[in-house]
Amino acid sequence: MGGRVVTVTSGKGGVGKTTTTANLGLALARLDKRVVVIDADIGLRNLDIVMGLENRIVYDLVDVVEGRAKVKQAMIKHKQFPDLYLIPAAQTRDKSAVSPADMVQLCNDLRKEFDFILIDSPAGIERGFRNAMAPADDILIVTNPEVSAVRDADRVIGLIEAENKGPARLILNRVKMDLVRKGDMLSADDVTDILAVKLIGIVPDDEAVVSASNSGTPVTLQDNSRSGQAFRNIARGCAARTYLSCSLMRKAGC
Amino acid sequence: MSNFLGRLFGRSKEESSAQAAKRRLQFVLVHDRINLPPDLMTAMKEEILQVISKYVQVAGESIDIALKPSEGDINLLIAEVPFAKTLSTPRGALEDNDDDDLDA
Repeated sequence: MGGRVVTVTSGKGGVGKTTTTANLGLALARLDKRVVVIDADIGLRNLDIVMGLENRIVYDLVDVVEGRAKVKQAMIKHKQFPDLYLIPAAQTRDKSAVSPADMVQLCNDLRKEFDFILIDSPAGIERGFRNAMAPADDILIVTNPEVSAVRDADRVIGLIEAENKGPARLILNRVKMDLVRKGDMLSADDVTDILAVKLIGIVPDDEAVVSASNSGTPVTLQDNSRSGQAFRNIARGCAARTYLSCSLMRKAGC
Repeated sequence: MSNFLGRLFGRSKEESSAQAAKRRLQFVLVHDRINLPPDLMTAMKEEILQVISKYVQVAGESIDIALKPSEGDINLLIAEVPFAKTLSTPRGALEDNDDDDLDA
């Protein structure tokens, strides 16, 4: 069986899927896991620039699927972590260039050499989503404590259950604690009351995430960052394959 | 309608925006999950009203109906149907009216 395929998805765009994938990839690499992250958002390549690898792309996911490049040729090694690789999305093609079966085949090859294959899913619930979902062992849904993002997350949870791919697990991103305290933002408990899934991570809203993306060095590399700590906690649950719920993490003092 | 829903979902004047978000989401997700958009809900409401009118005299022209999220796997469809305490027309007359409707 080998490595585990973890798909990061959301339904709504702009909730922090790519940031989450990049940070989990780096945090898992810091735990000495062999990791490959795949940008499945064909046509809207992003994971490379968030991870600071944008200048080293030669081949992409579509080149691999269409046989112009071997998987190893398309994998970009991270500067700091030699066991972390990126397979970038094609920038000039659309999602129909890859099929769900292509993704299953690619991931089955990668499982032999990696502990974790993280897939950054595109937003939406169409072809790109199905591509990202097909090979998944674990599915992580990223959402924000906002009505639109929670509604779309619920839709995606329903689709995942309908495909028998679950259980989906939830990461609540960009939580502003001051607003939650004032009663002006949904709390983690509110969101878990609404969505019937296990919450495995609460990531506080953090300006450091923006500057980290600006420089291509994801925030999880900053030891004193609260959002970075949240991503490291999620990665530990992922690495142990237990995905501790947030209430358990609180009890454990994380 | 809003009064009925307000009681159903525990709305209060001091509701915070987060509470409002939660209440609204729980309401809309019940509809999303069973794929029953508001227009179909209205159609269902009218049919239910027609059926009930065959047996009792409904007071007013409308009923309140809502899907209520619950803790377990089961959600509730709750209808509030005001009906007259006394029958103003004999049952036979009501049935005759129905027949007339069918003929027309």
